[in-house]
Amino acid sequence: MSRPAPAATRPLVELAGVSKRFATPAPLAARLLAAIGRAGADHALHAVEAVSLTVARGEALGLVGESGCGKSTLGRIAAGIATPSRGRALVDGSPVRAGERKLTTRVQMIFQDPYASLDPRMRVGDALAEGPVAHGLTRAREARAYVAAWLARVGLDPAFADRFPHQFSGGQRQRVAIARALAMRPDILVCDEPVASLDVSIQAQIVNLFLALRRELDLTLLFISHDLGVVRHLCDRVAIMYLGRIVEIGPVAEIYAAPRHPYTRALLASVPRLVIKDGPRAGFQPIRGELPSPFERPPGCPYETRCPLAVARCRAERPALRPIGPVLAACHLAEGGPGGGPAP
Amino acid sequence: MTQAGPADSPLRRFVGEFSENKAALAALVVVAAIVLTAVFAPLVAPQDPYDLASLSLRDARRPPGYVGSGGYTHLLGTDAQGRDLLSAMLFGLRISLEMGLVAGGLALCIGTAAGITAAYLGGRLGGALMRVVDLQLSFPAILLAFVLSALLGQGKLQLIAALVVAQYAYVARTAHGAAAAERHKDYVAAALSTPLRGRTVLWRHILPNALPPVIVVASVQVAGAISLEATLSFLGVGLPPTEPSLGMLIANGFQYMLSGRYWISVFPGVALVVLVTAINVVGDQLRDQLNPRLRR
Repeated sequence: MSRPAPAATRPLVELAGVSKRFATPAPLAARLLAAIGRAGADHALHAVEAVSLTVARGEALGLVGESGCGKSTLGRIAAGIATPSRGRALVDGSPVRAGERKLTTRVQMIFQDPYASLDPRMRVGDALAEGPVAHGLTRAREARAYVAAWLARVGLDPAFADRFPHQFSGGQRQRVAIARALAMRPDILVCDEPVASLDVSIQAQIVNLFLALRRELDLTLLFISHDLGVVRHLCDRVAIMYLGRIVEIGPVAEIYAAPRHPYTRALLASVPRLVIKDGPRAGFQPIRGELPSPFERPPGCPYETRCPLAVARCRAERPALRPIGPVLAACHLAEGGPGGGPAP
Repeated sequence: MTQAGPADSPLRRFVGEFSENKAALAALVVVAAIVLTAVFAPLVAPQDPYDLASLSLRDARRPPGYVGSGGYTHLLGTDAQGRDLLSAMLFGLRISLEMGLVAGGLALCIGTAAGITAAYLGGRLGGALMRVVDLQLSFPAILLAFVLSALLGQGKLQLIAALVVAQYAYVARTAHGAAAAERHKDYVAAALSTPLRGRTVLWRHILPNALPPVIVVASVQVAGAISLEATLSFLGVGLPPTEPSLGMLIANGFQYMLSGRYWISVFPGVALVVLVTAINVVGDQLRDQLNPRLRR
């Protein structure tokens, strides 16, 4: 995936071999064992492991997976909030972050919880004006009008600029957070589950707002979600993550119609549907077992411990992402036939 | 909540909630009254206790209500030099409050700066900074202040230095805890990802949100500084005799306690207790209001 691209066709966002490990202090017993040479001292959590992906200008890429699969960490790396342990995050060919500093304003982030992502002691207008004034997008004297325009853009009353975050509902707060990100005039928005903490009726409004803004402002989206319905509605391509790795990535239509990876298949099958048939109820099959601990990941395929189709090879050898029909999938069994995938 | 007008600022809500607690309101009134009488002591006090010409040894150690040679009633009696005790207390309060507010204020500034800087830096440097604070917290404040003022000698500045060194650590620990909690919240990540400079984020976002618990601790530290100063002065290592604070007044009358002339020590003592208690009640109310876990 991490092939060098010529400038003309260069993707707007490029993550090249990105890994993120969080070193945690090992338990005392483990450290003692390591000291006398009995066990490895490496006690690190691999939130993201060797992920490479690209997003083209104007494209919307969905990032899907269950909690703890590393999708938020990957989003934070792409947005320049976190530094990858290995690999590089590039926007238009230049690094998003150097050392402990973010370099670009071209990528902005929207967080899951609008109750936590707004400074409770700062008036909304000040919070919106702060970044643009600091980066010369507007002058302090003209900031009020600038802020008012962005509040109106996300469907809020410009008079709200004088209010504090606690005076808003969840949906309004998320609109404020979106306005704050957009006021920096980004090319790319990284959205970390932006509708997950909202009421369903509000979710639809916010998703439609994203659709409209994407069209009007020519935005590129990296949309992190566990809601497959929202991703299908909003995104062009989708990447499925499991235990810090991408297991399948491709156009939304292809993946929703014919998932190649058993995990994608299980995810799609576990989406509740409101179709009630006569006769025997269509079996709802939850994914078996628990997510393995990210400290002790399986040596072979990460999904092997829960996969109903796993064979001996899955336990021994880690499958790489490879083209299978129109998508990329990381599954030994999916190699069988073009567009086929493993038989259920 | 959503329909509240722009006037509904956090400060206004805060004042409204504070006045709901009548005890805290009364304590605040007491603190304000004491501060005002201390500030205007030269105008309020019946006698200038520093004016030796107005003192007469014939008036020494007289009980409360005695009408002295000055022609006015000594409401709280007189001390061993024939000083009007009420006047001496009002001037003593001035010194005690001055020490408490200056030392408490300095401890607030230094402790907050140290705490939030350590929290923002994190890692080894921030850790090292906090270990110094922890080391200091393992000694009782009174011991530290006692040793320091014995080393530095008597004097206002020396005493303030001793009090600040003894007390800033409590503020620093609280500020560090509060700022470390704020540091990892999404609004800080959002500000850093704008990107805004680290210093801007520290002062404009982290500090205002970490401040409430720090202010609570600092208000209690003012009371602590006042009683610490009184203790040191009582023990004779605090202020020089030319700066008679409440603690020194208590010490001066101590030797007459058993001879029945209780008032020389007791009234300054009562004033000290009332002041410290009132400040602590106000501090408790601040804590109740500012601690989100105790919110109704």
